[in-house]
Amino acid sequence: MKKIEAIIQPFKLEDVKEALKNIGIDGMTISEVRGHGRQKGHKEVYRGQEYNVDLLPKVKFEMIVNDDRLDEVLDTITTAARSGKIGDGKIFVFDVAEAIRIRNGDRGESAV
Amino acid sequence: MHFDYALLLQAAPDLTARLNAVEAAAKSAQSAGDNAWMLVSAALVLLMTGPGLALFYGGLVRSKNVLSTMMHSFIMMALVTVIWALVGYSLVFAEGSPFIGGFKYLFLNGVGKEPNADYAGTIPQGTFMIYQMMFAVITPALISGAYAERIKFSAMALFTTLWVFIVYFPMAHMVWGKGGLLNAYLGGSIPTLDFAGGTVVHITSGVSALVCALYLGKRVGFPKEPHKPHSLVLSTIGACLLWVGWFGFNAGSALAANGLATSAFVATHLAAAAAALSWMAAEWLHSGKPSMLGGISGCVAGLVAITPASGFVKPMPALLIGALAGMFCFWMVAKVKNMFGYDDSLDAFGVHGAGGTLGAILTGVFATNAINDAQINGKVIPLGLVDGNPGQILNQAIGVAIAIVLAAAGTYLILKVCDALLGVRVDRDEEIQGLDVTQHGEEGYNLEA
Repeated sequence: MKKIEAIIQPFKLEDVKEALKNIGIDGMTISEVRGHGRQKGHKEVYRGQEYNVDLLPKVKFEMIVNDDRLDEVLDTITTAARSGKIGDGKIFVFDVAEAIRIRNGDRGESAV
Repeated sequence: MHFDYALLLQAAPDLTARLNAVEAAAKSAQSAGDNAWMLVSAALVLLMTGPGLALFYGGLVRSKNVLSTMMHSFIMMALVTVIWALVGYSLVFAEGSPFIGGFKYLFLNGVGKEPNADYAGTIPQGTFMIYQMMFAVITPALISGAYAERIKFSAMALFTTLWVFIVYFPMAHMVWGKGGLLNAYLGGSIPTLDFAGGTVVHITSGVSALVCALYLGKRVGFPKEPHKPHSLVLSTIGACLLWVGWFGFNAGSALAANGLATSAFVATHLAAAAAALSWMAAEWLHSGKPSMLGGISGCVAGLVAITPASGFVKPMPALLIGALAGMFCFWMVAKVKNMFGYDDSLDAFGVHGAGGTLGAILTGVFATNAINDAQINGKVIPLGLVDGNPGQILNQAIGVAIAIVLAAAGTYLILKVCDALLGVRVDRDEEIQGLDVTQHGEEGYNLEA
């Protein structure tokens, strides 16, 4: 089992959700986050007072997938979330030690 | 042509009575028209404080201070109203010395349905009183832009109470009260032209704001940490309400529903529009983008500058006054403030002090008796430079200087007293937490509630 954390542009949220649904992935957790990588922020000016806004709004996807579907899911997210510009985001993959379905106590891959 | 009145009276014996009746009906009709407009104007001026200024300033602060900032405007609608009714009206408009009025109208004694011919002969004095009250309400609220986000509520209430007595009532009496030092039409020795309150309202509040900003010091973290407006949506709604309310402020200052009111209405609107454009143009050139905040700041600057001039100038000078005010106030706010480094949080001085001073001086240039033919001792007098009276600019400058000195000295003294009795500034932890929770025990936005 792998955990995928994908940080993407907020305006790509619907595209990614749709693409994942099309390949049969229906479990995910989403949060609104702020951050930046290499992308520089923008300047805001209020009555001559300048502020650099460098923490930009992003959306973070978290989902757990079985090993055999990993590559397919990563390709799907990469394609759907790409605009080709700096700031498109990053995807990180982690090993998952255990998964438990709270409703009936299922463990392992069948709980995902 | 010769009338034989005896014959006329014979034909219609009740002619005198009928003429008297016609005269009374005409007077009553004029009074009804004037009174309707003045009551609406009074309501419009109140609308400037709440919700106008409350929204304008409320949007400019951070969300943790939105309620306290709106409170700084709202509380004036209650506090100053009570003070005005008890003693304020009398101290401004009853005859007294050249510097302060008397006690004739204490507790609004004798202020009712009958007109006061010295000020407005066609409307009940009660209407005049409530209209002028709204000016006293908004003036201290304007100052709150300078002390926002760090003043203690108790100190703010005491400051305001003392401020109207020491700064506003004397200044308003000098300019508008019968026998006031600067009153051009009612026996002032230095005739100053201030149609709707450039010196009385905007210079006093703007200069007092600067003194408050200097005395209280910068907000924690200013200017290193961002102090961004939390909602320019609120500010835009507020500024547009100010624009609308200002028609009551300026056109209402004609004190009648007449041509002068129309003239002031037109001048007011033109100046606001020109100033919105010129501020935005200046910042477009300066920082690359025209902003919503720039547009609304500009319109307020134009409205401030045209205030003393509105009942004296033709439409084209009004446009020019507005255009100059927009650029001048942008420069004051974006450049001069940063040069000196004081934290006039919402730019009460940069807009009201600077715009008010510019407007007062330009009134001396462009005021003309072609617009305002009010008479002194039965004569129409030349008003500003354009009427061939360059000396008026000096009179205006003296009026400005008196307003500046009175406001600066009075405000400093009052702050000292408030500081000694209560402490004016909240402590650092309270400031970081925000005034809404620490001063009022509530929050502006409970989005999960």
